[in-house]
Amino acid sequence: MEFITAQNLVFRYIDEDDEQLNINQAKKVLDDVSFTVKKGEFVALLGHNGCGKSTVAKHLNAMLLPTGGKVYIDSIDTSNETEDFEVRRKVGLVLQNPDNQLVASIVEEDVAFGPENLGIEPKEIRKRVDNALKAVDMYDYKNQPPHKLSGGQKQRVAIAGIIAMEPSCIVLDEPTAMLDPKGREEVIRTIKKLNREQGITIVLITHYMEEAIDADKVIVMDDGKVLTQGTPKEVFSQVELLKRHRLDVPQVTELCYLLRSCGVEIDTLCLHTDECIEKLVEVLK
Amino acid sequence: MRDIAFGQYYPSNSILHRLDPRGKILMLIVFLVLVFCTNNYYSLAVVIFAVVAVVLLSKVPVRLYFKSLKMILFIVLITSFLNLFYGTGEPIFEFWVFKITLAGINNAVFVSVRIFCLILISSTLTFTTSPTDLTDALERLMKPLTIFHVKVHEIAMMMTIALRFVPLLLEETDKIMSAQKARGADMESGNLVHRIKALVPVLIPLFVSAFRRAYELAVAMECRCYQGGEGRTRMKTLHLHKRDYVSVAIIILIISGVVLCNVFLPQVVR
Repeated sequence: MEFITAQNLVFRYIDEDDEQLNINQAKKVLDDVSFTVKKGEFVALLGHNGCGKSTVAKHLNAMLLPTGGKVYIDSIDTSNETEDFEVRRKVGLVLQNPDNQLVASIVEEDVAFGPENLGIEPKEIRKRVDNALKAVDMYDYKNQPPHKLSGGQKQRVAIAGIIAMEPSCIVLDEPTAMLDPKGREEVIRTIKKLNREQGITIVLITHYMEEAIDADKVIVMDDGKVLTQGTPKEVFSQVELLKRHRLDVPQVTELCYLLRSCGVEIDTLCLHTDECIEKLVEVLK
Repeated sequence: MRDIAFGQYYPSNSILHRLDPRGKILMLIVFLVLVFCTNNYYSLAVVIFAVVAVVLLSKVPVRLYFKSLKMILFIVLITSFLNLFYGTGEPIFEFWVFKITLAGINNAVFVSVRIFCLILISSTLTFTTSPTDLTDALERLMKPLTIFHVKVHEIAMMMTIALRFVPLLLEETDKIMSAQKARGADMESGNLVHRIKALVPVLIPLFVSAFRRAYELAVAMECRCYQGGEGRTRMKTLHLHKRDYVSVAIIILIISGVVLCNVFLPQVVR
């Protein structure tokens, strides 16, 4: 079943004060973007800064409405403004900077913020908050103030704040961009665990190719358009196409690609380090 | 910059920490009024006894209380010194145009003791109540004001966010200061005007970043279905326990003690 459907999505920033400006002159931030995400899938959205990734993220929970085309979340049309609340309940959005999305000065109260907004019973909120904090391994820190936590821990609290609202899908807009390698790994591990164990649909927006290799589906964007999409193997096998758009491929894929272009008999399709080592060993034999 | 102890909360598990914050705020107000109702040394003694008991019950190191007293020591000294000369009656001591009377000495003693009591008792509230509990209690106490169209929820939300961002902005100020120093900004020398001027390159980036944070926070709050106070529930509900009723009974005892002393014993100050 398709959970998210984006159909020929177009978005322009329209300056409402400027009457002279023709609607068609405003630069298209998104240009004919179409993709679908199935329930329970782990989708990675890749691209450069300014390619429209974050704009896509904000369309998925009705923070922005399409100028053209449609976005359906669980068959609800997001352009129907009366359904905003329902859409945001189903799709939680985690932003890049963990500091700017925590509201309360105690971890557990921040996690409770979402459910409180939904008007849930106090006892049920307590249960959800505890479960959400356990799901991201932050239960021991529930009485700490956020500014005493590391970046990765803060981001996990932000994720817990979204999980406590029990959404079917979480969209993460570059959640690891401001973190150190350790924090990055913590967050990615948490996201994968949520996807695997709780069946939450994940849309991970990132510019680290390595974070995308375990995804069920990869969508690559460039300059407001979808460049290519498919399974990680399908996408990363198009090394030339990605290179032409100044995008990287995972290091091992690049290694194999370079070896092959030097005439070494090696299969270019490998994403994981172990896989690459095996192949290299085979070649060396 | 970092050692500004904001909110001054001192975590512990004393009986005062566990009291209902709403009750604590109300009792504080009653007590503050009471301190100014004392008009002789007997009622003052009752108040001092109550204050000392509260301070000891809070299990907060006395050193912290001294710290908060030290900050206002100067003001207390000046006011009590001035009060020395405001008294009518037989002068005990005379010097040029200055006359010190018994009433003046009484005034001075009362003023300083009253201010000390005020500070001690209000510090106890902030020492024993976490800032979040305080804002929470204030929101609930001000609830009746909604009929006068006071935006109680919004005010409480602003306080919560302010408390959340104070440490963040302090940290940011530190960073910007270091960044400007690294570019050769001189913030430690020169006269007062010079130093204030040197702060401008710190304040401007700080403001810009504060506004950017505010915008992002608004987006994040909207993503989490925030729609204002209507239809919102709270995870933590406050319940009154036996200890809260007992504390009210004790406060009533203290009030009656002060009133009895005031009424039946000679008045010393107005």
